[in-house]
Amino acid sequence: MAKERLQIIVAHERNKREQPEYIEKMQQEILAVIRKYVEIDDEQVKVNLDNNDECSILELNVTLPE
Amino acid sequence: MAKIIVVTSGKGGVGKTTTSASIGTGLAQRGHKTVIIDFDVGLRNLDLIMGCERRVVYDFVNVINGESNLKQTLIKDKRVDNLYILPASQTRDKDALSQEGVEKVLDELSEDFDFIVCDSPAGIERGAQMALYFADMAIVVTNPEVSSVRDSDRILGILQSKSRKAEKGEVVEEKLLVTRYNPERVEEGEMLSVEDVKEILAIELLGVIPESEAVLKASNQGSPVILDDESNSGKAYSDAVGRLFGEEIEHRFLEIEKKGFFKRLMGA
Repeated sequence: MAKERLQIIVAHERNKREQPEYIEKMQQEILAVIRKYVEIDDEQVKVNLDNNDECSILELNVTLPE
Repeated sequence: MAKIIVVTSGKGGVGKTTTSASIGTGLAQRGHKTVIIDFDVGLRNLDLIMGCERRVVYDFVNVINGESNLKQTLIKDKRVDNLYILPASQTRDKDALSQEGVEKVLDELSEDFDFIVCDSPAGIERGAQMALYFADMAIVVTNPEVSSVRDSDRILGILQSKSRKAEKGEVVEEKLLVTRYNPERVEEGEMLSVEDVKEILAIELLGVIPESEAVLKASNQGSPVILDDESNSGKAYSDAVGRLFGEEIEHRFLEIEKKGFFKRLMGA
């Protein structure tokens, strides 16, 4: 139980610190662009960078209001 | 050129100062000229663990500020040859340790010593970052418990990004030291096993120090527990020092101690 919880949080935190520093700023700017057109909250935009062996995938997830 | 070893953990109270004192003493016992530096500015404690608290005249910050020289400031251990202590200042000024100042002192010590052991303060603030910045090797002290392991992982992240070696594209050698290990509690599922900790942090295991009253006793007496060579903790620290020199020593005290014939007979 303790081990599983630890593995999850440690993996999450490692992932976060391996992200380039510009990710956060980029997220803010993307948010600003979307806000020009739609009302959204900060949590409605998720930017994630996954590093695989051969390529990196930038994932952008925007939840638009109904 | 001295090898700079930082003893770090992130979390407080896991045994950094105890470890710094014992590892430093063990290195000196093997004939290597060693200095242990207390980086915990404001909360000096290494002097107490080493039993030299009444001999402190000047401190680390005095040396940085040029108010004293190293010769005046270093405290020579009375039990072990080749062993010196550089005490922390008790100033409350958090910026007392400048990077340039620390570098100057380490460079000067480097000319004369074989090993410089940096006893890091808890946390990930300036003091802790100063302690690890110049390190060639890091001994990450971890208790087999969730918050300690998580903090150790964060410290590893800082070592890999904010240390001088990392900035130069090199790597700091990382060693795991599990302290306060209690095989009975592991068996009962109340404590993470050393295998679990090793698997999560994924660094080389330097040693496992069993939880023991000998550590508390040693602190009370102001004598590093490694000098108590009857105690399991002392033996485990000696083993760890041996491994630093590449000796292949099997890890011990990982299993519940079997009661001896006499103890069983006495019903103890």
